[in-house]
Amino acid sequence: MTSQAENLTNIDQFESGRSLWQDAWSRLKRNKLAIIGLSLLIFIGLVCILTPWIAPYSYEHQNLALGATPPSAQHWFGTDNLGRDLMTRVMYGGRVSLAVGLIATAVALTIGVTWGAIAGYTGGKVDTIMMRLVDIIYALPFMIFIVLLMVVFGRSLLLLFLAIGAVEWLTMARIVRGQVQTLRQLEFVEAAISIGLSKATIIRRHIIPNALGPVIVYTTLTIPNVMLLEAFLSFLGLGIQPPQSSWGVLISNGVEGMEEYPWLLIFPGLALSIVLFSLNFLGDGLRDALDVRASKD
Amino acid sequence: MLRFIFTRLLQAIPVLLVVITVTFFLVRFAPGGPFDGERKVDPSVLKALEAQYNLDQPLITQYFSYLGDLIQGDLGPSFKYPGRSVNELIGAGFPITAELGIYAILVALAIGGCAGVLSALKPNSTRDYVSMSAAMIGICMPAFLLGPLLILIFGIWLEWLPVSGWGDLPGDKVLPSLTLGAVYAAYVARLSRGGMLEVLSQDYIRTARAKGLPEHVVILKHGLRAGMLPVVAYLGPAFAGILSGSFVIESVFQIHGLGRFYVLAAFNRDYTLIMGCTVFLAALIILFNLFSDVLAAYLNPRLRSQLGGKS
Repeated sequence: MTSQAENLTNIDQFESGRSLWQDAWSRLKRNKLAIIGLSLLIFIGLVCILTPWIAPYSYEHQNLALGATPPSAQHWFGTDNLGRDLMTRVMYGGRVSLAVGLIATAVALTIGVTWGAIAGYTGGKVDTIMMRLVDIIYALPFMIFIVLLMVVFGRSLLLLFLAIGAVEWLTMARIVRGQVQTLRQLEFVEAAISIGLSKATIIRRHIIPNALGPVIVYTTLTIPNVMLLEAFLSFLGLGIQPPQSSWGVLISNGVEGMEEYPWLLIFPGLALSIVLFSLNFLGDGLRDALDVRASKD
Repeated sequence: MLRFIFTRLLQAIPVLLVVITVTFFLVRFAPGGPFDGERKVDPSVLKALEAQYNLDQPLITQYFSYLGDLIQGDLGPSFKYPGRSVNELIGAGFPITAELGIYAILVALAIGGCAGVLSALKPNSTRDYVSMSAAMIGICMPAFLLGPLLILIFGIWLEWLPVSGWGDLPGDKVLPSLTLGAVYAAYVARLSRGGMLEVLSQDYIRTARAKGLPEHVVILKHGLRAGMLPVVAYLGPAFAGILSGSFVIESVFQIHGLGRFYVLAAFNRDYTLIMGCTVFLAALIILFNLFSDVLAAYLNPRLRSQLGGKS
């Protein structure tokens, strides 16, 4: 009985879901900037994944005799003062930057969606307490705390993910809660309750898929924030540590010698900016395509 | 209104307490002490030092004595700058950071506000397109990239402006303020454009126009008040961002403000200075959020009645 009903709701959900996505995709395709952003992201993503095989030089390769040279046919982005190929370094740095962006966002996403869904669905006192907690954490000056955290507990990559994820989940929780509160009152949820599905199942199968639009949009807009935060920390010397490298580290190194070797600043800066641009355009495009209202809380 | 401010102030107290507590214990549980220098300090000297700074007492006692001092406005002595109190150091650094922050906010409001309103008056025009693209660039160009680039262009290649310092040479305040304000100008432009667009399509704007009011009165008096609400609500977060942004700007431009102190203190493990700065900055941010909330409530009567303040 239950499984039959579940099947039925699944079919429903699947059909309406598919048409929604098709709809959104056709709308997104008409937004040129978003498509350019998406293509750039796919390109950069592929380059970063394939870096170990396609990088022109190995990561450790250095040529002290060569020193810093401007862009040339052998070294498209030039070399740094240790004679390391900048293009190779930008590619490897991109792996770290993108990985931080994705993983920290995933952390934020998981906490935020779970928190928001539970608060929004349960309602009542639990909701009040949970959201009150979010308000309090929201009011904390987090940038300052992250700097503090990174200083106090050494500069491990894992901590970086956790620290950034811990900041970024708050807005996500608010958005999801708002969505869930509206969804909860709709008929199909009532129907799900009446056939005796458990709370967890309802949240997982009915609420979260329907709240997906705003979550996707906000996720696309969180990734650039996270990447900026990583670059900010790395720039201050509190983020990624050598020998590992990221775009933030490369920019920070580039600043030191920018008078004589401006390309060391320009290329990593360009790489970071392009990715941030693309993500923001894609996020804006998705917001229009999925018809998510701009309101944040 | 007064009640609204009062409730908000009361709500700020637990937040501040959380900040103080978390900071205190985080810093105390950190590996490495403030006296771990390059050379080993003699154990007896270490003991004397610890006694002098009350580090030999149980943690909980230290915590409460710190709280007690804090209530009296005393942030304690600095570990790394002997003979100077944290209050003095903050007093030395803060005016510079505050000035920088105020200029940055002015830059953000002036440039962003104008660009946003002008775009909203002619949506989808070239003007709109250009200023919104510029805003997008501003958002995607982090300050630690924009700053060096501006230095490179205006300081080194064109030699128009000094590249570092604060108040030492004429014009050296321009680049830091611009750099710090740029990102927020971009956000303000987007927010004010959105706000104005929404407001200008409302009935009461049509009524104002139908009454025959001149267009500038309609825009400036009727439109701006409601259209700027999103910007006002954003001022709180922007202020917090500008304060932490000053960490980067002050390192890039070698300005000896609070932001630089904070980063240096963090590297030096100067416990009391870190805690002092954190508490100070947190209190500022919380106060500014309050201010921005109150301003938003003042501008938006609906919000005011919803939040329960009557007078």
